[in-house]
Amino acid sequence: MEREKLKGWLYLLPAILFLGIFMVYPLVDVFIYSFEEGYNSASQTSWGIGTYNYSYVLRDPYFLQALKNTFILVIITVPLSTCLALAIAVGLNSIKKLRDLYQTIYFLPYVTNTLAVGLVFMILFKQTPYSDGLVNVVLGWFGMTPVDFIGGPYWAKMFVLCFYTIWVVLPFKILILTSALASVNQDYYNAAKVDGTSKFRIFRKITLPMISPTVFYLIITGFIGAFKAYSDAVALFGTDLNASEMNTIVGYVYDMLYGNSGGYPSYASAAAIILFTIVLTITCINLLVSKKHVHY
Amino acid sequence: MEKYNDFEKIEKTAKVRKKVKNVIVYTLLSFWGLMVLFPFYWMILTSIKSYSAYNSEYIPKFFTLSPTLQNYVEAFTTVPLARYFTNTIIFTVVTTALMLLVTILAAFAFARLNFKGKNLAFTIFLSLMMIPNELVIITNYVTITNLDMRNTFAGLILPSVTSVFYIYLLKENFEQIPDQLYYAAKVDGTSDMKYLFKVLLPICKPTVITIAILKVIECWNSYVWPRLVTDDELYFLVSNGIQEIRENGFGRENIPAMMAAVVVISVPLIILFLIFRKKIMAGVSRGGTKG
Amino acid sequence: MKVVLQNLTKTFPSRNKKVKEEVVAVNNFDFEIPDGVLVGLLGPSGCGKSTTLNLLSGLQKPTSGKIFFGENDVTNLEAENRGVGLVFQNYALYPHLTVRQNIMFPLQNLKGTAKLSKEEMNVKVLEAAKLVQIDELMDRKPGELSGGQQQRVAIARALVKMPKILLLDEPLSNLDARLRLQTREEIRRIQKETKITTIFVTHDQEEAMSISDIIVVMKDGVVQQIGKPQEVYDNPVNLFVAKFLGTPPINVFDGKIKSGKLFVGEDAIMDIQADTDKEVYVGIRPEGFVLNENGALRCRLNTVEVMGRDISVVSYNDASATDNQAIRSIISSENTVNLAAEYVRFDVKPNKVFVFDKNTEERIYFEKE
Repeated sequence: MEREKLKGWLYLLPAILFLGIFMVYPLVDVFIYSFEEGYNSASQTSWGIGTYNYSYVLRDPYFLQALKNTFILVIITVPLSTCLALAIAVGLNSIKKLRDLYQTIYFLPYVTNTLAVGLVFMILFKQTPYSDGLVNVVLGWFGMTPVDFIGGPYWAKMFVLCFYTIWVVLPFKILILTSALASVNQDYYNAAKVDGTSKFRIFRKITLPMISPTVFYLIITGFIGAFKAYSDAVALFGTDLNASEMNTIVGYVYDMLYGNSGGYPSYASAAAIILFTIVLTITCINLLVSKKHVHY
Repeated sequence: MEKYNDFEKIEKTAKVRKKVKNVIVYTLLSFWGLMVLFPFYWMILTSIKSYSAYNSEYIPKFFTLSPTLQNYVEAFTTVPLARYFTNTIIFTVVTTALMLLVTILAAFAFARLNFKGKNLAFTIFLSLMMIPNELVIITNYVTITNLDMRNTFAGLILPSVTSVFYIYLLKENFEQIPDQLYYAAKVDGTSDMKYLFKVLLPICKPTVITIAILKVIECWNSYVWPRLVTDDELYFLVSNGIQEIRENGFGRENIPAMMAAVVVISVPLIILFLIFRKKIMAGVSRGGTKG
Repeated sequence: MKVVLQNLTKTFPSRNKKVKEEVVAVNNFDFEIPDGVLVGLLGPSGCGKSTTLNLLSGLQKPTSGKIFFGENDVTNLEAENRGVGLVFQNYALYPHLTVRQNIMFPLQNLKGTAKLSKEEMNVKVLEAAKLVQIDELMDRKPGELSGGQQQRVAIARALVKMPKILLLDEPLSNLDARLRLQTREEIRRIQKETKITTIFVTHDQEEAMSISDIIVVMKDGVVQQIGKPQEVYDNPVNLFVAKFLGTPPINVFDGKIKSGKLFVGEDAIMDIQADTDKEVYVGIRPEGFVLNENGALRCRLNTVEVMGRDISVVSYNDASATDNQAIRSIISSENTVNLAAEYVRFDVKPNKVFVFDKNTEERIYFEKE
């Protein structure tokens, strides 16, 4: 028995080592960092314990810009991508021919490198002295004046960021919703059909309640994911996000840690914990709301 | 007979409606399909346009009549694309292999072995699933820096190994295998290790392959961690490599060469996806998220 | 409303992709169902009875043939426009809606002139609920109901819009034995009260016989026999129907016709009007045996089971065509059987004896003596 017990822990040992060093310890440590004032990474000393790091971060205009950007991104992309994914999944579910092909195509962005494809988006949207860029050409067909979506006005940059974010997150959502739709018992639809229910009513009264747990799961993970947005922005606007006013909270954390403005793990930790608190709060609200609306 | 006509009319409108609905659905689906595919088309198209041709097109053309592979040559010669590529392959293979080993052992312990404190340990493992990477990455960065492991493969790989979710996924799968198999093996004098590798793993191969593929995708696309711990081009992966190319690579305007690099980076995963399409999609729908 | 099926055929592509053959689920079904009757579609699983039901509801479309509701050809009409009520085998109650909302659901679909006010809907819902006696459960969710209660809700939901036709798919198969008996009486009562033409599918012959006005026996997509339950039982057209109906099942023997006599094994059990001699199957209903010390049919006695009003004699005969060669005969308990005896002898009631062709298994009819 003693040997058996030891053996169990032996099998777990590698996992415990990795998780302990790179997850549990850092988790504790990040809280300590965030309260150590004036921490110097070179000498590894600090002058005290307190909430200065938090107040610094909360007053930092770069952080406030990042906060604003992140919130706009979340508010726009989460509902939009979920609705769009739902519409596409419903469409996919209603056809037989070519369904596999469409599904495969829609999934492609999931397996591509966000940074690499982001470059393509940048080229499509960017206006340079040599070319207006393809998107502007297309907009020109509808009589709109060209805009530099990458280096131009704030709304244009935000639009591209949202568009690209939706493009990136949609495959996952479509896939999950398609399989949720497919797993609804066909008998419910048949029963409604025999009773002469209209397509729209079937969707609203049967399909939607049936897949509501999945929809809420997607909304919750969507919020979490969108709050952590970073590499999409880097792909479009380059690594100096502060300069282009397009930084996100996660971007701020990394900038504080590393690079030209880096070397401040304390500020980074405080910002990361603020982010975590926001995400946790919103997730809890989401869970409460979903409890009310998911019926079974 | 009035009723008869009624039915006929209903039947006709129903048919027309169905056709109209089908046309609309297919149009919309195709539209989004186009939105998804177009960036891929554009990157391939741009990558085979010559530098001068690309720059002379104020209004970009949707095709090219004189395709060239010169950009690909450039991508491999002007910037160390081949080096980024090799680095990424090494990083991906080693990380995935280590992850599999750690995950399999831990999942086996949780699923099959009995020891004191197992339930507590498992609860702690599960709660770790909720910890966002962004929180722990700060200390990891400091740790790796202090250990002098910046710009090493060890520094890249070690913090990327663990995935609590995959341990959970595999444990669930292991538990589905009936106990009798384990006892039968025990009676035959098989050691636990042998049972794990000769019986359990072959049976659970589909799940193992799934998590391996998901990890490969995650590794291939990982950007944040490599960017933090490497500033020496010798250790760049494709993600921060491409970012480097963009900012300091071919001179800012050589977009065709940049696109060639993008194509080269994207192709391996797309091929992997097309081969393991069903497995990847099933794996992702079981709870994967974008890495 | 009467329902007419005209040469109704439904084929599916074979599941096995290597075999190009099609599976014929329903083959040339021809039948006119009179208004207001209860029809039982009966057969073993895979006989096409459920497919027939789906064709009637419009959930599936026939490969060929036509369906009429009254005078109207509804063959190509979608399910939503047919106005039938359908009760599913697993009830298909919407789990997120209460009983009241479930029953009201079909009413809320009505459009145009048929549209009802809230009050009218409530009245109708309550009426339907009362009919199936669930008016006290209206605000529960399906998950909080027993199987029998769910079944009633499903029937109420199908009835609330007063369908032209009510279809029930294996309505009793998910209920336990006691509830099954009770519910089948209930279905009968509801059908009598509403006078809606009702078609139900079952694999349980007892269920079908007990409540149907007409039963349709199917096998491999082909209708074997249509008629009143008693008629079909008393006069099966082939061996399959004879075997499928009746508990305990009919006893089947290898027999022959020889010079005007019907033989079971070497025992001549009755005289028969036949010109040609040939090998046949002989089917004798359990109640077709009469105990007689000098009876024509001699069997080895095994046991006697007492069932109160009747006794069941289990014996063996070498000529029996059933697997274990056991013969079950039901006789009045006023008879006594000597359990010590090695053999038991029977006479047979001629109207309980059916003769079937050995190859086609079709019934051979005779002028009885």
